[in-house]
Amino acid sequence: MANIRFLRMRPGHGEVLLAEGDRRAREDEERLIEEFRRQLDAGMWAAVPTRDRASGRREALMVRHYDEIPSQAERVIFFPRAAGG
Amino acid sequence: MLLALLALLVLAAVLALPAIARGVGSARRRLAERRGERTGREVLDLPDPGRERRAEQRARELLRSCVNEEEWAMYRDLGFIRVWGAQARRPGAAGSARRSGVYAYLIYPQKPLVAFVPETRQLLSEYCVEFPELASSLSVSRLPDSDDVLAKWMALTGDERRLVASANMHLPGRQVDPGRVRRDIWRLAEWERQRRGGGQVASRG
Repeated sequence: MANIRFLRMRPGHGEVLLAEGDRRAREDEERLIEEFRRQLDAGMWAAVPTRDRASGRREALMVRHYDEIPSQAERVIFFPRAAGG
Repeated sequence: MLLALLALLVLAAVLALPAIARGVGSARRRLAERRGERTGREVLDLPDPGRERRAEQRARELLRSCVNEEEWAMYRDLGFIRVWGAQARRPGAAGSARRSGVYAYLIYPQKPLVAFVPETRQLLSEYCVEFPELASSLSVSRLPDSDDVLAKWMALTGDERRLVASANMHLPGRQVDPGRVRRDIWRLAEWERQRRGGGQVASRG
């Protein structure tokens, strides 16, 4: 599974699709890397929902660099960084 | 002499009338345009309950697709999610190990995280945290409820330390009623007991 979707949570909208592509295709990957950087530069946090194969338990993996996205990841969710309320 | 002055005044008034009429007309138009602009802005700023409902529906679907089945059922039935602290989430920590001296969080939508010890039901602290859309001109700056829950869930399970460091920590009771939290912890225990026993649990909504 090399196709990946970048989603972003937006106030008043729910999630929106930012980018989608095949990570094995160079052109797609360049576009994905650019979008990933743009989101982090805009102050977003990025998380990859994961599922442990053995236990089935679900968690999230917070990623700060594109290279940290697991190869089998299907989506990255961007959301505004946390601030003290 | 007086008559001549009066005649001059009347003549001047007649000559000036078209100019006055044009001035009044354009002033009226400008006023109307300003009113129109303001009305337009007010229309744009009106909240759209349908849009917010649709956003929340999308957010619920996204949340459901990310969290564990038990956590989804918890949110659907009780309105919050319990997430175990990092100590209990370590691989191999399960069952009785989880219940012995470890802490957990309750995630409520648009409210602080509440840390507690499940074994004793002691409330530890509140972590006030939000996810503000800073670089936006949107009139709505708050995520839909279920997105807020998912953001907290991802940040907690992905990097608990960073989330806690970003939050403002307070003693229990600052924003969330401790009585309500204790009731919720009790409801959660009952809910889990009924699930283990296979009994029916009434849905929240």
